[in-house]
Amino acid sequence: MKIKENSLKNHDRRTFIKKVLKGTISGSLLLVIPAGADVGKPEVGNGPMKGKQFVFIVDVTRCIGCGSCCVADKREYQVPDGYYRTWVERYIKDIDDEVFVDSPNGGVDGYQEPRTDLKRPVRDTFFIPKLCNMCQKPSCVQVCPVGATFRSPDGFVLIDHERCVGCAYCIQACPYSVRFLHPVSKTAGKCTWCYHRVRKGLLPVCVEVCPVKARKFGDMNDKSSEVYKLLSGPGVITVLKKEMGNKPSLFYKDARREVV
Amino acid sequence: MDSIHGTATLLSNFVFPNDLHVHWSIMIALYPYITGIVAGAFIVSSLYHVFGIQALKPISRFSLLFALAFLACATLPLLLHLGRPERNTNIMLTPNPSSAMAGFGYIYTLYGILLLLEVLFIYRPTLVALKAQSQGMMEKLYTLLTFGSDNLSPESLELDRKIISFLAGIGVPMACVLHGYVGFIFGGIKANPTWATPLMPVIFLLSACVSGISGIILIYVLIRVIRKKPVDIQCVRTCLSYLAGFFIIDFVFEMLEIFSHSYLQTAHYHMVDLLLSGPLYNSFWLGQVWIFSVVPLLILGWLCLGKVSDLAIKIAGPLVSFMLLIQVVLMRWNVVIGGQLISKSDRGFTEFHPEWLHKEGILPAIILICAPLVILYILSKIFPFWFEEEQA
Repeated sequence: MKIKENSLKNHDRRTFIKKVLKGTISGSLLLVIPAGADVGKPEVGNGPMKGKQFVFIVDVTRCIGCGSCCVADKREYQVPDGYYRTWVERYIKDIDDEVFVDSPNGGVDGYQEPRTDLKRPVRDTFFIPKLCNMCQKPSCVQVCPVGATFRSPDGFVLIDHERCVGCAYCIQACPYSVRFLHPVSKTAGKCTWCYHRVRKGLLPVCVEVCPVKARKFGDMNDKSSEVYKLLSGPGVITVLKKEMGNKPSLFYKDARREVV
Repeated sequence: MDSIHGTATLLSNFVFPNDLHVHWSIMIALYPYITGIVAGAFIVSSLYHVFGIQALKPISRFSLLFALAFLACATLPLLLHLGRPERNTNIMLTPNPSSAMAGFGYIYTLYGILLLLEVLFIYRPTLVALKAQSQGMMEKLYTLLTFGSDNLSPESLELDRKIISFLAGIGVPMACVLHGYVGFIFGGIKANPTWATPLMPVIFLLSACVSGISGIILIYVLIRVIRKKPVDIQCVRTCLSYLAGFFIIDFVFEMLEIFSHSYLQTAHYHMVDLLLSGPLYNSFWLGQVWIFSVVPLLILGWLCLGKVSDLAIKIAGPLVSFMLLIQVVLMRWNVVIGGQLISKSDRGFTEFHPEWLHKEGILPAIILICAPLVILYILSKIFPFWFEEEQA
């Protein structure tokens, strides 16, 4: 009887030690293994993000190609030369409907001089500002092998620079070429619609500085907002590369069919 | 009339500002090349171990070690490519299940374990014999590699045989997954019109077989000639037949992809057409198609169908293999780097200028392609390729 009790005791002790070991090992594994970037979901709470669906609209008919948005963006994020979070393209259609596009230095210097290399008379010109499309079905998030690129609950596609391995797969996958490999951090970079500002109730910096209100940003769930009125109104609103199926949250008002 | 439809034209060669950089350069062309050789060499060994092609017995062990040597170097191009290589373990610690790339760490590791186990089991009788002949460090190494088991009884060898058949059996689909998935890394990118085709994994897999078999033929004949040992001509002839078979299907699929583009003429066709007739004309049409596909096809046809002397096989076999190794390099280059030259603006092409000394440059690439051969040499000191023959 005594032997049996002893073995029972031993058994209990063994089970106890096993459980402690298992707990310690699995607990420390959790500390060692970094979880996917979207695990720590940003607090939506009662802040400025609650119940909002943000959209960005570019009014092509308003843009004057001054480059203020690009300058502001470059300053806000210290973007190195040759890399672009946002840029402005100049489209020119000649009398024969041939299209000429350029964007020297991403349009950051503005378009102060007309193009001189065109042979035929010009029929139409316009500017197309570009930035992250904040897709609802983002290819970059789909392909990121380590979960460093993620879509936040408030609809922003963001990058965790602490996790990014710099493989550039997201850059290949983005149909809009808004991504680049930051030459200093060696991680992927792109426009964030100024997430840090929006969370504080401010506008993205490019929207803030646009002198002609060509860039519009707001909440689709706010029926009094300008973006709601534009998107639900009768105007011609399109997205870029619709056939990609990425469902962008960036819209263009009155963009011509030549725009890619 | 084209302009009325708003078709993007190349008049201003407009490249999106961020598209000027070619992010996937030589290392990413080299990576599928090396894994392709691994998968192809493994399939050669499986032709003997699984499908019982007896003529391939002389190279069945050699091809496994050949695969292992290249597998040992398969991650190096990726580490050289990554912006933050020190974070490489993230791919296994926080894999994103929707990413085609995320499976790499797991597939590669599993495949490595499988290949190593298969080598150890196939070599066990040899290693036991070698252990008896060696002393000191080598004896300890052989004890480790045989897991301390000297048992060569018929029952034990029968068990080994069963394990080898099992490993080789699951190895074939795994080799296909290893390389088919590499193709899908490209095939899954809808933003790139030259990559986004379901044919991509198939083409990658078939070209993997071609490069693997070619590599085996070339290095096998070279080693035998350098060591002044007889070349098993029947074995080389069999290899060449398989090479011809795989290459015909591979080339047909490669051409089918181009034909589909030019027949369907979808929205991006003008870019693909201009790419192949412009920046890629030399490396694609001249190199990949005419010199290194059509010519080898003719040579292979002559070698396999004609009455060809042993000497001709010994010379033309390695030559055609070398040409096909170049063909696969060009194919990787044209897909990986060529595909990125098209700007997503659909209105222009960027340029790629390889550097010599950059970490993703030409010199590191040359070193990387030689490294597996050095590893193969070291492996041959531990695992003799033709032990029985050397003993006799």
